[in-house]
Amino acid sequence: MPAKGYVEIDKEVCKGCNLCVLNCPTKCLALNTTDTNSHGLHYAYQADEEKCIACMNCSVMCPDAAITVYKKTE
Amino acid sequence: MKTGYEKIYERPDTLLSTRMHYCPGCMHAIVHKLIAELIDEMKLQEKTVGVCPVGCSVFAYDYIDIDWQEAAHGRAAALATAIKRMLPDRLVFSYQGDGDLAAIGTAETIHACNRGEQFTFIFINNAIYGMTGGQMAPTTLEGMKTTTSPYGRLAKTAGMPLKMCELVSQFDGVAFAQRVSCNNPANVRRTKKAIQRAFEIQQQGLGTTFVEVVSNCPSNWKCTPEVSLQKVKEEMLPYFPLGVYKEPRS
Ligand SMILES: Cc1ncc(C[n+]2csc(CCOP(=O)(O)OP(=O)(O)O)c2C)c(N)n1
Ligand code: SF4
Ligand code: SF4
Ligand code: SF4
Ligand SMILES: [Mg+2]
Repeated sequence: MPAKGYVEIDKEVCKGCNLCVLNCPTKCLALNTTDTNSHGLHYAYQADEEKCIACMNCSVMCPDAAITVYKKTE
Repeated sequence: MKTGYEKIYERPDTLLSTRMHYCPGCMHAIVHKLIAELIDEMKLQEKTVGVCPVGCSVFAYDYIDIDWQEAAHGRAAALATAIKRMLPDRLVFSYQGDGDLAAIGTAETIHACNRGEQFTFIFINNAIYGMTGGQMAPTTLEGMKTTTSPYGRLAKTAGMPLKMCELVSQFDGVAFAQRVSCNNPANVRRTKKAIQRAFEIQQQGLGTTFVEVVSNCPSNWKCTPEVSLQKVKEEMLPYFPLGVYKEPRS
C-alpha cells in the first residue's frame, strides 16, 4: 500500500533540534548523524517514507519551518 | 511533488526566508512561525504592526514580513498603545520576553492592561534572561539555578515567580488572557488558536488581549531541546498552569 504521506525537509534550514523526530508518532524521521549541512549541523530526514501518515506533527513542532508535508489524494 | 499527493503544509509566506538566529529548538521560533501562519490565514499582512522587544526576539522584524517598531527595553506596551491609538484599524501586538514584559517593563505592562489598551500582548515566558546569558528573571522558578542565582532562586530574598496571566486577568481592561505552551504538537496547535482568539477579540475592540507562552531556553537552561521540553512539562507547567484566565463578557 502506498504511503499516506511524505515530507520534505529543507536541510539548510534545519537546525537539527530533533523536535520533529521526537514527535513523529510513526517514528519515520531521523537525524542524519553522518552528514551535516553548510552550518555544520546534523539535519533531519525521512528515514522511512512508507510509515508517514501526513499527520503534520513534525511541521507543527519544527521551529524553523523547514518541513513541507504532502498527503495522498482522495 | 510526487503524483497522487497534495501539499498540506509549507512554510508560511509571511515568514521571510532569512535564517532565524534562535538556538536549535527555541520556542521563540515556533511562535514566530504561528504568528506568520495566522497573518497569512487571516489575510492581515497589510494591516498588522508588531512591536519587538529587547531580548532574544529583538530581530523579530527581520523574520516576519509585516510592519514593526522596535521598542526600548520594556517599553513595548507604551509603544503599542501609541500605535493602536493613532492607527485604530491596524492589528497591533507586542512580542516580549519575561525580562522585558515582567521586569523592566512591569509598569508599562500593568498600566496598559489596566487602561484596556486594544492590542495583543504575546508574552514569551522562558523563566530567564536569554539574550544576556541566563540571569534570573521575575519568572525564574524557585530553586532554579541561573548566573545570578547560582545556588537556585531563593523565595526568601527574590520572592516567588510572577504569574502574569493571573495578575493581568484581574484588570477590567483585560478582555482575554490565556496561558499556553509549545512543548508538544497539541499544545502548539492550542497556542495558535489562542493567538487567533486574541487577534479576533482585538478586532472586536473588547479590550486588552494577553497570551502567555510557557517557553524554553535550551542554551541557558544548559540542556538539549528534548530535555528543555521535559523541563517545561515537569517544572514550569505545575507552577504556570495552562488555561484561559479571562474571557470577554458575553
Ligand atoms: C535599559 C536596558 N537594561 C538592560 C539591558 C540588557 N538586557 C538586554 S535583553 C535583557 C533581558 C532579556 O530577557 P527576556 O526579556 O526574558 O528575553 P529573552 O532573551 O529571554 O527572550 C536585558 C536585561 C538593556 N538592553 N537595556
Ligand atoms: S507527517 Fe506525521 S507521520 Fe509524517 S513524518 Fe511528520 S510527524 Fe511523522
Ligand atoms: S524540527 Fe525542524 S529544525 Fe528541528 S530537526 Fe526537525 S526539521 Fe530540523
Ligand atoms: S538563548 Fe534561549 S531564548 Fe535565546 S535564542 Fe537561545 S534558546 Fe532561545
Ligand atoms: Mg526570557
